[in-house]
Amino acid sequence: MPSEIIQEIVSRYEGDIGMLIPMMQDLQVEFGYLPAEALHRLSKQLELPLTRIYGVATFYSSFRLTPRGRHEVTLCMGTVCYLKGAGRISEVICGEYQIEPGGTTSDRLFTLQAVNCVGACALAPVMIIDGRYHDHVTPESALKIIHGLQAESETAEKGAE
Amino acid sequence: MTLSGSKVIESPADLEDLREKLRKQLKPSAKSVRVCIGTGCAAKGARRLYELFLQAAGESGNGVEIEAKCVGCHGFCERGPIVVVQPGNIFYQGVEEQDVGEIFRETVIGGRIVERLLYEDYITGEKARTADEIDFYKAQMRIVLAENGSIDPTSIEDYLVSGGYSALARVLRTMDPEQIIAEVDRSGLRGRGGGGFPTARKWRSCRGAEGSPKYVICNGDEGDPGAFMDRSIMEGNPHAVLEGMIIGAYAIGASQGYIYVRNEYPLAVDHLSRAISRIRDLGLLGEKILDSSFSFDIRINRGGGAFVCGESTALMASLEGRVGEPRAKYVHTVESGLNSKPSNLNNVETWANIPAIINRGGEWFSSIGTQSSKGTKVFSLVGNVENTGLVEVPMGITLREIIYKIGGGIKDGKSFKAVQTGGPSGGCIPAAHLDVRVDFDELTKLGSMMGSGGMIVMDQDTCMVNIARYFLSFLKDESCGKCTPCREGISQMLHILDRITHGEGETGDLEKLESLAELLTETALCALGKTAANPILSTIRYFRAEFEEHIRDRHCPAKVCRGLFLYEIDPELCTGCGICKKNCPAEAISGERRKPHVIDQTKCTKCGICLEKCTFNSILKV
Repeated sequence: MPSEIIQEIVSRYEGDIGMLIPMMQDLQVEFGYLPAEALHRLSKQLELPLTRIYGVATFYSSFRLTPRGRHEVTLCMGTVCYLKGAGRISEVICGEYQIEPGGTTSDRLFTLQAVNCVGACALAPVMIIDGRYHDHVTPESALKIIHGLQAESETAEKGAE
Repeated sequence: MTLSGSKVIESPADLEDLREKLRKQLKPSAKSVRVCIGTGCAAKGARRLYELFLQAAGESGNGVEIEAKCVGCHGFCERGPIVVVQPGNIFYQGVEEQDVGEIFRETVIGGRIVERLLYEDYITGEKARTADEIDFYKAQMRIVLAENGSIDPTSIEDYLVSGGYSALARVLRTMDPEQIIAEVDRSGLRGRGGGGFPTARKWRSCRGAEGSPKYVICNGDEGDPGAFMDRSIMEGNPHAVLEGMIIGAYAIGASQGYIYVRNEYPLAVDHLSRAISRIRDLGLLGEKILDSSFSFDIRINRGGGAFVCGESTALMASLEGRVGEPRAKYVHTVESGLNSKPSNLNNVETWANIPAIINRGGEWFSSIGTQSSKGTKVFSLVGNVENTGLVEVPMGITLREIIYKIGGGIKDGKSFKAVQTGGPSGGCIPAAHLDVRVDFDELTKLGSMMGSGGMIVMDQDTCMVNIARYFLSFLKDESCGKCTPCREGISQMLHILDRITHGEGETGDLEKLESLAELLTETALCALGKTAANPILSTIRYFRAEFEEHIRDRHCPAKVCRGLFLYEIDPELCTGCGICKKNCPAEAISGERRKPHVIDQTKCTKCGICLEKCTFNSILKV
């Protein structure tokens, strides 16, 4: 892991410890998650105890300590989505892929994120895949969309061979 | 036209010159197509519509000036994507890619209406040509959302043409800080984030506090599920928030501002960042703004995804790069907040109200609303209601008017059961109180609260025990864990509710819940904990019989709690297709092909898959 990246991110915020969270957000953009090594280096660079950095990393739900899947599946669990059946959608996806919310499939196809509310209640239930919103999803349509990702990645693999 | 980045506005006169110049360049004859790109419309492909209109406008080339532009949320998210054509304010809803050509040919060029894309009233069947003819908009009064839907949120020019930053120029030229605070005081504005604390009083305390530098903070960490007012304001009219903050900073004597935006709102961050960098280039932010002695800058911080950071002390801890744990507030944040300096935190909507109050006067603002709550409030009207969307109404309007007149009543002809206001800190209000006037104090009296403006309508099929459980489970996940009453109390209450929804409730459970709730309210450290019991207390208060039915009869009358009702097959409707039988994981369904099937209740696990799979609606919940 190039230490220049960490140095660059720290200098982006002039080493201001108050900007620890933005620094970690930038690190996560860089690596897709927060690798232990990066956090160790950040701790050295800022002369900040590692416990403090891990405290922040585990307190906020947007930080991840493990690598994510190739796709990001975000399921809204806001009140309206919940009223309209988001709980069942989550159950069906978790059942089919043997994961828990927050988890990644064993083939690293996708990471399932359950979030509190994406503020698109008119579209409830909402599922977002890699930034693209899918509105009024049902357990069936959600699975169909995710199966589509699987088919896509299989074709891509075949193409690569 | 676009301003070049290097042109700096050095004085109020420069600002007015520029505004005049921009206004002169507007051609009243010009035709325009405005495409809503709020999150709701964008999710249904509005960006692509915009591109297509832009392309069509570029290709038209018959000497007519045609402008295609993106605008902020119109509020009527249910009917998106929304496209408005000028002249005439023709309001098209549910527009799809294939409609672009027709709209362009017929309306933009030909001046004719495309009837099928107009909004049709589902009761009278009448078609509405403009937004003003639609009930959803008629009863609204828009101050904060006034420019949403007409200005391009990424264009400073649009904001200037609509009178933007004139309030800032005015205060810097003609008012001293005390006068500004007095004007805000006259308006009666109270904090829109939920607490309803008088804004002027907060500003005055912060202004009078010892210490330097002072900070102003905009709380854009809109955490209540089912609420998206602040998102739409930040996305749709970011300059109004910024102008409010700059005026506030001048009144308070702050030199640095922060906007804390939720991580889930990428478009809001994008629009705010662009707006900040534009006004910094133009000289409306930075050193010696508009030739005054006042210098101020604003920075955006993205939240890390923690509900508790909506609480002021937790938010400030987060801005300091720490975990978002609140602290006891015996020393107020206006005296010692961010970095232990005087800090004034207001919500997005509060800040966005400031320019209008300065421009039109505190007296005008206080003429709207009730005795104790002035002005308007933006609500996100969502749930089982016909017209979902963002509504801005004068304080004092009744819940019934909002839900039935603006919202069009309950979806699918079902009956109203409750409306949830105030998010996880609020409560559920039943039909008996639909005529209550909406203001800070009236909603609190009912055991709910105004909160930041989420308004979730629930129909007859909603189980109130399950809803109480939902909010508690939300709060259990979001409790920061610092104080014991909240950390342990919520868990214990959730445990009891879990039992009740699983049919294992016991006599005395409701009393236990009530006493835990009381304990929590009295002893928790911050507002999250203190109000955590509201969803439970209000549902027990108004729907006690439903709780008792769960406990005593092991039955969920709304047929939501799994295990507390049965699935049966209606032999009249069942065609014997066998889909349910094939999909039943418990092998509980039997029957011959083309003959009605039956469910063996001893094997059924009540998973509900048969209901989801049946295409003939023959599975019944009993």
